[in-house]
Amino acid sequence: MTAAAEGSRPLRMAGARRSPLLQSEAVQGFALISPTFVYALILLVLPILVVIAHSFWTQHYLTIDHTFTLENYRIALTEPIYRDLLWRSLYISLTVSLLTVVLAYPIAYFISFHGGRHKSLWLFLITIPFWTSYLLRVMSWKVILGYNGVLNSGLMGLGIISEPSDALLYNSTAVIITLTHAWATFAILPIFVSLEKVDRTLVEAATDLGDGPLRSFLRVTLPLSAPGVISAALIVMIPTVGDYVTPKLVGGKDGVMIANAIQAQFGKASNWPLGAALSVTTMVIVSLMAGTTVLIIRALQRLAR
Amino acid sequence: MTAIKRFLPGWLPTYAGLYIVFLYLPVIFLPIFSINIAATPKFPLSGATLQWYEDLPRTPALIDATWNSLMVGVSASILSTVLGILAARSITRYRYPGRRTINGLIMAPLVLPEVIVAISMLLVMLQLGLSLSLFTVVLGHVLVCIPYSMTVLTSGFEGFDRSLEEASADLGESAFGTFRRVTLPMVAPAIISSLLVCFTISLDEFIIAFFLTGTEATLPIYIWGQLRFAAKLPGVLALGTLLLLASFVLMTVAEILRRRAARRTQSEGGLYA
Repeated sequence: MTAAAEGSRPLRMAGARRSPLLQSEAVQGFALISPTFVYALILLVLPILVVIAHSFWTQHYLTIDHTFTLENYRIALTEPIYRDLLWRSLYISLTVSLLTVVLAYPIAYFISFHGGRHKSLWLFLITIPFWTSYLLRVMSWKVILGYNGVLNSGLMGLGIISEPSDALLYNSTAVIITLTHAWATFAILPIFVSLEKVDRTLVEAATDLGDGPLRSFLRVTLPLSAPGVISAALIVMIPTVGDYVTPKLVGGKDGVMIANAIQAQFGKASNWPLGAALSVTTMVIVSLMAGTTVLIIRALQRLAR
Repeated sequence: MTAIKRFLPGWLPTYAGLYIVFLYLPVIFLPIFSINIAATPKFPLSGATLQWYEDLPRTPALIDATWNSLMVGVSASILSTVLGILAARSITRYRYPGRRTINGLIMAPLVLPEVIVAISMLLVMLQLGLSLSLFTVVLGHVLVCIPYSMTVLTSGFEGFDRSLEEASADLGESAFGTFRRVTLPMVAPAIISSLLVCFTISLDEFIIAFFLTGTEATLPIYIWGQLRFAAKLPGVLALGTLLLLASFVLMTVAEILRRRAARRTQSEGGLYA
């Protein structure tokens, strides 16, 4: 007991002995986080390094040749099939992130500026569908868009179409719709958080100085919420580029994405190095795309001021 | 405020309503068609039945998958919450160099494509000579659960008033006693909330389980296997409805607890600040 009381003494003497205290704080804090940190190192950083290493090797039937080669990257970037899949994945993830952000912004704005007492209820309503199984949400879109599905039978029942349309399912549009729905919440939250930080007096000041509602929104609120828009775009763009379930379930032949090709290399095709090179290429390109998006949004933000 | 009120176009509340419909509508079709007599999900509905639900307990593969999912979920949620508590406590209580970088690394699985996370883990596990089983699934789930656990726990630990612990120690309580009688009661709701969130994520998670499991299936893997057969769809819809319900209940409880935790630490802090 005295030991505990003794141990608490340095805390109260913080002012007097700043630097040794900081040191011991640092050590304690680091010691406390180290199990989690080591876990992430072993199961995230190490695996990614192993993947990068594999991407420079070659598969010979059951063994892997460890001589350095760039052949996998040549295949990943020039073989028409992988090039097309990569382009399509980038196109889909870009479209989805654009759509989710544009659709989410008014909702985030509405909750932040007009949510009033019900702010947390609105946020709860919006996050709940996100917590349900992703697989099940994709499956429900399959049920909706299918040939014998909800939309077709509903439209036929209403007499709008005379026979079921097969244009709804198994294409990249179906993938885009499904992903836009699945990632909606992820886009709303960061935008909401940055809108909450917008100083309301600035908006009033702009109005008092003669800006109309639209102008004060465009010149004050929108630029100030740019950080939220940026994180929303990134948080949707990067994971969707590697989506596996949606293209597999609703994409058909036209909606196959790069993750399906990566999975095939680790499964049936059994060419780990090529799969690794495809993964690395995808990550590098999507990072570049994300970086460009950030630069564009920042430039627009500066223009708006 | 009137200035802000003026910029409330009439369409905004309407849009908000439509958006909620867009979010919920697809999910609503699962329960609707799970009690439909016809095996294909189309309108008009052909009448209500509970037959698909009654068939569920009679499927041995499904029972196995349920047990597997429960075991994986319980192990993953406990492990990730323990790791989350350590990290969240360290992040909210201490200041040290590299803190933000380490935090960023721990949160990274949240924003990486799951397939890439899954296959990289698969490669390492095979290299280390681990045979794929439910254990490897737990390892993977812990990695993706920690960021969520951290988010819940940080919001519970933040605003935690350190002077309460100091007061307890000064009044002669041992370190363990302080933890048990002061710290734990304040953060308990956040911890339970984290356990529920992680369990829900593990219960619903598909990609990592799909890559890292051996022969044993979890519930999402079982569902994935059934999707190939059109005739099995109603059973899948019934099972899906039950899973939706479970996630909904678990998350509602978790959210209530998280709020209580946040309110508790903040109001206590406010009182003594």
